[in-house]
Amino acid sequence: MKKITALFLTLTGALVSVSQAMAAIGVSATPTQLGLTEAATPQMERITWFHNALLMWVITIIVIFVTGLMIWVAIRYNRKANKEASKTTHHVMLEICWTVLPIVILLVIAVPSFKMLYYLDRTENPEMTLKVTGYQWYWGYEYPDYDNLSFESYMIPEDEIDEAAGQKRLLSTDNQVVLPIDTNIQILTTSADVIHAFAMPAFGIKKDAVPGRLNETWINIKKPGVYFGQCSQICGIKHAYMPIEIKAVSKEEFAAWIIEAKEKFANNDKSLHPMQLAVLQGVK
Amino acid sequence: MSDHKPGFFTRWFMSTNHKDIGTLYIIFSITAALFGGWFSMMMRHELGDPGLQLAADGQEWNVWITAHGLIMVFFVVMPGLIGGFGNWFVPLMIGAPDMAFPRLNNISFWLIIPAFALLVGSAFVGPGAGTGWTVYPPLSTKLGHPGMSVDMAIFALHLAGASSILGAANFITTIFNMRAPGMTLHKMPLFVWAMLVTSFLLVLSLPVLGGAITMLLTDRNFGTTFFDPAGGGDPILYQHLFWFFGHPEVYIMILPAFGIVSHIISTFSRKPVFGYLGMAYAMVAIGFVGFIVWAHHMYTSGISVNTQAYFTAATLIIAIPTGVKIFSWIATMWGGSLSFPTPMLWSLGFIFLFTVGGVTGVVLANAGMDTVLHDTYYVVAHFHYVLSLGAVFALFAGFYYWIGKMSGRQYPEWAGKLHFWMTFIGVNLVFFPQHFLGLAGMPRQYVDYPAPLPPEHLQGPLVNPIEKIQWMASQEYGYHLWNYVSTMGAYLSGFAVIVFLLIAFYTIFFGRKVGANYWNAGPESMTFEWTLSSPPPFHQFEIQPKIK
Repeated sequence: MKKITALFLTLTGALVSVSQAMAAIGVSATPTQLGLTEAATPQMERITWFHNALLMWVITIIVIFVTGLMIWVAIRYNRKANKEASKTTHHVMLEICWTVLPIVILLVIAVPSFKMLYYLDRTENPEMTLKVTGYQWYWGYEYPDYDNLSFESYMIPEDEIDEAAGQKRLLSTDNQVVLPIDTNIQILTTSADVIHAFAMPAFGIKKDAVPGRLNETWINIKKPGVYFGQCSQICGIKHAYMPIEIKAVSKEEFAAWIIEAKEKFANNDKSLHPMQLAVLQGVK
Repeated sequence: MSDHKPGFFTRWFMSTNHKDIGTLYIIFSITAALFGGWFSMMMRHELGDPGLQLAADGQEWNVWITAHGLIMVFFVVMPGLIGGFGNWFVPLMIGAPDMAFPRLNNISFWLIIPAFALLVGSAFVGPGAGTGWTVYPPLSTKLGHPGMSVDMAIFALHLAGASSILGAANFITTIFNMRAPGMTLHKMPLFVWAMLVTSFLLVLSLPVLGGAITMLLTDRNFGTTFFDPAGGGDPILYQHLFWFFGHPEVYIMILPAFGIVSHIISTFSRKPVFGYLGMAYAMVAIGFVGFIVWAHHMYTSGISVNTQAYFTAATLIIAIPTGVKIFSWIATMWGGSLSFPTPMLWSLGFIFLFTVGGVTGVVLANAGMDTVLHDTYYVVAHFHYVLSLGAVFALFAGFYYWIGKMSGRQYPEWAGKLHFWMTFIGVNLVFFPQHFLGLAGMPRQYVDYPAPLPPEHLQGPLVNPIEKIQWMASQEYGYHLWNYVSTMGAYLSGFAVIVFLLIAFYTIFFGRKVGANYWNAGPESMTFEWTLSSPPPFHQFEIQPKIK
């Protein structure tokens, strides 16, 4: 009995903490999270509205409706309750209704869906560009607007994770990508080997990084903070070990970081493949 | 030997009898399901805790998920529903003595054995094929997979594809030419309609897969660059070709399930199927629309926004004929006189799970929404609700409905119900929490996920679950909790499989003997198989049946 009470309390606690978890400065998923990651961009805000305010209601009501009908039928028309089966096989009006009504529901979904889709596609006038290149198994980042500042970002191995410093297993990277808030940022993705996917749940973006192609998307981060994402297209043995860590800061802090980063990554020459570079530098 | 049954070897290894070939297919399907299921148990056990439990590394994991997917699609659901129940019941239901091409039927079955051997073998050659069941280049080219394993997997798909095309041609010919006098297309049982549509989908889609994987094979071995940008190719071309096959494929797996469920609901409601023509043409519509929605699997690949908009619209349309089917099943039961033996429970379970999987499909159909959900566990939950739970529930429904007809012996009712409830609770525990993981952004095909490692005394499944859940829920980040719940559900489903095997053995050898029409199907749900003895004679319909 005690155990059942404990389980009940745990489950209730889990449900309560969902709302708290969703209210916390959204960075990465929490264990008890049930819904979408908290939005940090207008992109994700729209997606969240579309999902939470429209789709969730529609699909929940449909499932409850169908389940309710099945339960009703099982009670009302089981052999004990109804010995003689009816012979009805058609009802034109009913059939028209259950064809037309779904069409109406789908139209209600489709209109905001298309609006959102075209909004998410691209920005007309980006204020800056971040170019992302997928490699087996790390990410390369370039800032073409800032003298082609470029660097690579690897996952911090499990045994070097510093939990006290807030680092997270399989999420934290050695080089954070720093981006300014309140800026229209164009993101270009490509790959140097197999297909990867650049995904950032809190920003509402996911774009495949495809060799031979340059894919485009855009964000405008509204809240400073550290955000995590992960490669989302199977890419080989270390698919699970190439996370994305983005730190969003104010424009002033970003300007300061750029100066610092240019110095730190001065040796990164993009005319060399990172592996060649590594050999030259004799590191990693 | 009054019925001309040949000796054991001739009968089972050189078989041209549709019922024997159907039986072989069902035995094969169950055997392959044990392989595919074993992979899923290893996968769920691996994900029960963060860190590596069983897999040595990510490649081994990728090999598991690839093998699991390909086995379940090509060697469990298709042979079970199409080769097994299709072979058994299409001729019986249309009043035909056998399939149109019995020898073709034989080679259809015997091609699938080497295909399966090649696929399982590929896991043990070099690093194995760790590409996912979609086998996307460049990961599947020499760049990502040197060695022979992917070549073996490609040959496995070639053989399995050839087997299915031949089988489909056989079904189309049989259904068009060998129906009993008086059975017009509009009087055909719905399972036969389902098999007819399925066969057309197979014949039209599988050659495209064959072409795509052959191009991949020449890219790998003979220096072509169909999918290599360095030589003017494009990896996205492969995705278009694959999904032009891949999307019809999911309907290939679910349409026969629709057919089976329609018959079972009708029989146990003592009512004819509601809106028969609507049901038949809904399947035709689903089959047709299934061919023009393929790129909804590629929303994030970089296809243009207008293309995404078109595929969103086309995909949403599928909800309409699917809705017609769901509502027609409920209307079939409405006003009926319902009983609930095991096959009926599986069918009701099917409707519920298919509805849940269907509505999440509507969510995923929206390209904008898919931006956050693509390649997450939400997708895994969605397609397992419609396939693992939809198609597989129909397989079990068909098994319990027809095992008496096929073997002449009936399963124990209480055991079938136990199997149903264990599976129903188990699979919902496995897959419902995966919606939460997907919404929270957990990518699929991951051997390990972000979460703090649990302390020593809370590792593994054999610990105090209350303490473990409390510990997991109190962590700051990660996907541990719902993965743990999902894994617990998998263990329960695994036990349910053992129950099923026991039931199957018991039924075949010790089950109660039954007569021709053991479900007491009335004239409203009568199909020809109930007019024959259980099991039917080796050669049936020596006097041709007629429909008035």
